[in-house]
Amino acid sequence: MALAAKWKNMRASTRKKLLMLGGMLVVFAILQLLLSLDLLSNQIQSWLVPCCYNIILAVSLNLTVGILGELSLGHAGFMCVGAFVGAFVSKYFDTVNPDLSAWIRLPLALVLGGIVAGLFGLIVGVPVLRLNGDYLAIVTLAFGEIIWNLFNVTRVSLDNGSFRVGVGGTGLSNLSADAVPLVDGSLGITSVPRLGKGGFAIAFVLAFLTVLLVMNLIHSRTGRAIKAIRDNRIAAESIGINITKYKLIALVVSAFLAGIAGVLYAHNAGQAVATQADYGYVMSINILVFVVLGGMGSTLGSMIAAVVLTILPEWLRFLSDYRMLIYAVVLIGMMLVNGSPAIKAVVDRGRQAVKQKIKNLFIRQPKKEA
Amino acid sequence: MNDFLATLINGISLGSMYALIALGYTMVYGIAKMLNFAHGDIIMVGGITTFTVMQYTNMPPWVAVLAAVAVCTVLGVVIEKVAYKPLRGVSSLTVLITAIGVSYLLQNVALLTFGTENKSYSFSFLTALNWQINEHLIIQGSTIVNVVIMLVIMVALLLFVHFTKQGKAMRAVSEDNGAAQLMGINVNATISLTFAIGSALAGIAGFMYIGTYSQIGAYAGTMPGIKAFTAAVFGGIGSIPGAMIGGIALGIIEQFSKSILAQFQLSALADAIVFVILILVLLIKPTGLLGRQIKEKV
Repeated sequence: MALAAKWKNMRASTRKKLLMLGGMLVVFAILQLLLSLDLLSNQIQSWLVPCCYNIILAVSLNLTVGILGELSLGHAGFMCVGAFVGAFVSKYFDTVNPDLSAWIRLPLALVLGGIVAGLFGLIVGVPVLRLNGDYLAIVTLAFGEIIWNLFNVTRVSLDNGSFRVGVGGTGLSNLSADAVPLVDGSLGITSVPRLGKGGFAIAFVLAFLTVLLVMNLIHSRTGRAIKAIRDNRIAAESIGINITKYKLIALVVSAFLAGIAGVLYAHNAGQAVATQADYGYVMSINILVFVVLGGMGSTLGSMIAAVVLTILPEWLRFLSDYRMLIYAVVLIGMMLVNGSPAIKAVVDRGRQAVKQKIKNLFIRQPKKEA
Repeated sequence: MNDFLATLINGISLGSMYALIALGYTMVYGIAKMLNFAHGDIIMVGGITTFTVMQYTNMPPWVAVLAAVAVCTVLGVVIEKVAYKPLRGVSSLTVLITAIGVSYLLQNVALLTFGTENKSYSFSFLTALNWQINEHLIIQGSTIVNVVIMLVIMVALLLFVHFTKQGKAMRAVSEDNGAAQLMGINVNATISLTFAIGSALAGIAGFMYIGTYSQIGAYAGTMPGIKAFTAAVFGGIGSIPGAMIGGIALGIIEQFSKSILAQFQLSALADAIVFVILILVLLIKPTGLLGRQIKEKV
């Protein structure tokens, strides 16, 4: 009784948040149950973790693009930082002390990956946030490209307990015979300990925490300040909101979360290799597609779009060569149907007509007397 | 000294191609206020058309260029009509994502029809144009062709934009399309015309791509596209001379950073250097070299 009354007195936004988080838990419980009964095919199992890290990426980018209102084309750069730092931490402990429990190694990798990515967000944010609009977009794109290119030439080796760091194509000189390469330039970090059996549970918990964090942030004082900046920067400034501070908060949180997703990404793949497809602007744009398709500013929309667009290309795999073609057509179609006023009107009219037809089936029209 | 000159000349050659592509970006942005991410892939289509004509028929190169221009112009206008026009007035991000969809579509159609392998082709007439300055320094035929094409097009475009009725309409639409419409300018036709011109230039750029790199593949347009976009922003997006200056500057910077970094076995970082310089320019002059400063109104 008391619970029902509490539910009634809640703010609409809180109710929506609880419903959403509850929904996530239900979906997770069902999937876990199916997993434990071994009812999911290997193919479907392999989609679970990618769905989770894509949810994190989409929800975190939504914070920058949807809530702060600044177009970022370099989100994958922060993910790259997280992936490399996390993979490095895991690989290091795996090399030095293979007996260390994954319960210590993985959280450490996640936290460090997230924090360093957040630091990158701060470093990138200070200059970038001076700009706005398309110029901001191109600079974030540039930063994203620089980040993966830098990781692509970095070399770190473990030589008798000390790190040897270098850059360049030929490798480090004067290494002893038992030196272990940890980061190997364009070959990246290989044989990173994988997530293993409980991978989905870990990934889900992280996705859940991300959604919780972002939802709470959006509905807090800070979140309202960020939205005020999006809606009207000058008005926000005139009522005393510190623009730079709140913009930086949004960007750093977003980068931190992208870093976490990157750690998951690397541990799921078992490697971190800096390539255009994984961490370049192609990936950034893929994440942006989640956000825009889900409806900018909507956390739930970002999540659904992330899941659908993770599964769609995989599910279309049976079409082999035609799958990306169909993906592209579906993408354009969805954008046109969602965005275009003219097409929307046609769709609405069609819906109305169908509704009317169904009604006519059940309700007999009164016959006119002759 | 010769090395320096050779690098500089290579940079100008590459920059001329970037400039031509950047023109397409900058004109479309100036008028439709959209980032046409599919522009790079139209270059690829132009390149593939040129390749197909040269490889399978005995036509002279200028026919191949004309074919590329024709195919790209039609393609550009069709894309604009089908994918972008229904979205006019909708948030620019929606249009951006649609453009990305178009880009994927073009790439995948190319992958299916043209194959996944890059195919090489070199124009025989370009080597005949090689110009030997001294025993160490040769100006490649492709350089001469690139620079000449770029200069001719730049002058023609500036004349067109400033001295014809259509050009005037384009400037008016880019200034304020609502007001332009009230003055009786057909805004839709003007935007279509801009797409047609931009795509035609991309067709020529496709030909230049083959001349420069001697190969073409389904992903050929991506990197030049993104660099040309950078060049357009560098020069001040919306400005035609800005696109030229930005393109050439970017080409020169890229070639020099490549040759310097190669000494440290770091040539993989050449692209990163281009982006670092872009960031520096934008931080010092946030609207690009020739971009107009827009006063913020409350």
